[in-house]
This record gives sequence, structure tokens and C-alpha cells, in this order.
Amino acid sequence: MSTQPVRPAPAGAFEYMTTKKDEFVGWARKFSLFPYPFVTACCAMEFMSVSSTLYDTDRFGAALPRFTPRQSDLLMVVGTVTHKQAPILKKVYEQMCEPKWVIAFGVCATSGGFYQNYAALPGIDKIIPVDLYIPGCPPRPEMVIDGIMKLQDRIARDRHPIINEKF
Amino acid sequence: MSEALFEQIREHLAEVTLEAVVAHGALALLVEPAQVLAVVRSLKDSFEFDMFLDVTAVDWPERQPRFDVVWHFYSTKHFVRVRVKARVPLADPTVDTLVPLYGSAGYMERECHDMYGIVFRGNDDLRPILLYEGFEGHPLRKDYPKQKEQPLVPYRDAKP
Repeated sequence: MSTQPVRPAPAGAFEYMTTKKDEFVGWARKFSLFPYPFVTACCAMEFMSVSSTLYDTDRFGAALPRFTPRQSDLLMVVGTVTHKQAPILKKVYEQMCEPKWVIAFGVCATSGGFYQNYAALPGIDKIIPVDLYIPGCPPRPEMVIDGIMKLQDRIARDRHPIINEKF
Repeated sequence: MSEALFEQIREHLAEVTLEAVVAHGALALLVEPAQVLAVVRSLKDSFEFDMFLDVTAVDWPERQPRFDVVWHFYSTKHFVRVRVKARVPLADPTVDTLVPLYGSAGYMERECHDMYGIVFRGNDDLRPILLYEGFEGHPLRKDYPKQKEQPLVPYRDAKP
């Protein structure tokens, strides 16, 4: 019995690369955002537009919505959040595993918009941390795409401390 | 055509209505709170107002009695609307429920109770429908502060 000798790589073949852990993990994470759409109001129409064929967020790896927070890492809060909805939003956020990011989509999620009354939460950052705000009533699809790309830039440049020395 | 019907209603209910005018193509009847159930029953049974459209209230903070409770009905036979109003005071904002006549009144009475604090005697399910348990006050009353919030989740920037 003899083992096959390891064949030497042909000249010019791509066998090894060097990179930094944070850059590598950031590169992988920025192109595999799984959004959880927390959609409550009219911005949903713009969300449909931006995720479907014409604008197609799949180009950025952020198209496949997961309808359980446990499988997603990007919480997109699309629309007005009322005080009655706030405990639900908080619970959804807490169920998401690290690493996770939050986009406030539209002016209502950002600041409450023109609602300043008994019913509406004046911005989701009152109850959960927000990474990116997309203003507009509703935002143009181009603004959403710009926002997603800015978030991707940030993820690529970020430290990724959950991957530790045991990696 | 509706003029004749309105005239019949006016005559039929002359004894219990305080005021009966035609406004925006609908007959508007002002009645005593205690007479509401009888008036609506008569509208339903004698004049075929078979559809309950809405119940809401109007707050007149300067006036005594303070609230108007307003009902709208529609007749799918005659294609006309009728509006019934009753005035109730702040101390006892109570009218009879219309659930025995129109099943759909239940949800709308709950909303009116949420927003104005009108009590519908006989409707035993006046739990909050648009508001939540623990909400204090009635937000569509004129004396509810415009920006007063009652958050269910503590704010992150709130000082402990």
C-alpha cells in the first residue's frame, strides 16, 4: 500500500492568501446581511420596491428576508412604531443573535416624523440602538441602497470581536 | 325622494326629538340620552335603517353638557343616511349600548370609550381596543395634553 504523493501546484495557481482577520470577517459579513423586515406602515411599499427586481437589494447580499429574528442580523424597522408596538420591537431586537445591526427606515422610525402625540414612539432609538438612519417619507430606493452600502462600508471597517483568539 | 322620508321620520319621532334638521343630505336628530335606544329601534324597525356606520363623540370643553355622542346609520333600502346626536355631561357620560340592535356597534363603542371615555351601558366588553391596558385618560378629549406620552418600554436615555 502506498499513498498518493501530493501533486505540486501548477505554476501560477492561487493557493494561499494573506489578510487580516477583521477584514476577512467583515468582508464575509457585509455581503451576507439577512434582514428581518419589521414592517408597520406605508414605508412598506418602498421596501417592496427596493427589494424587488428593479432596485434589487440582492445585489448587495441583503435580499433574503428571514421571518424569524433568530436567523437574521439586520433589523429593518420600516414605518411608524406606536407605543403599543414598542414592546414587540424590543422583544424582536433582543431575540436576534450578535452580531446585529439596525436600520431605521423612513422618518417615522427615525424620529417619529410628524407624529408627536399619545400614540407614536418618537424614534426607535428611544428603545433600541440604531446603526443607520434613512430619512424620507418614504425614502427613495436610491437612498435605501445608499444606506445599505454605507452600512456595508462600516461593517467592512469594523472590528469583529466575537471571532476571538480561538478562531 | 329622501325629503318625503325625512318628513315621515320627523313626524313619527316628533315627540322625542329636540331638533331635527337636514344637514349635508342627512337627517340630523338631536335626542335625550335616555331616548337613544328607542329612537334607533324605531329608525331600524319602521324606516329600515339597517346599517350601523359609526359612533363617535365631540368634545365641547366650554359647554354644558360637554359631549355630543354621534351615531350614523344608513338605509340600504332608501339609500339615505341619518345622524343621531345626544348630549351627555362630563360627570356621567353614559348612553345605552346599541349592540342588541347592531352587532357591529361593539367594536366602535370600544373605540369611542378609548378615545372619549363615553360609557356604553350594557356593553360589557369595553376593554381598550386601540389603546393599551394601563393607559390613563382619553386622548381625544380636548384637555388631554397634546404631547403627553405613556410609553410601555422605558426610554434608553431616561435617567433612572
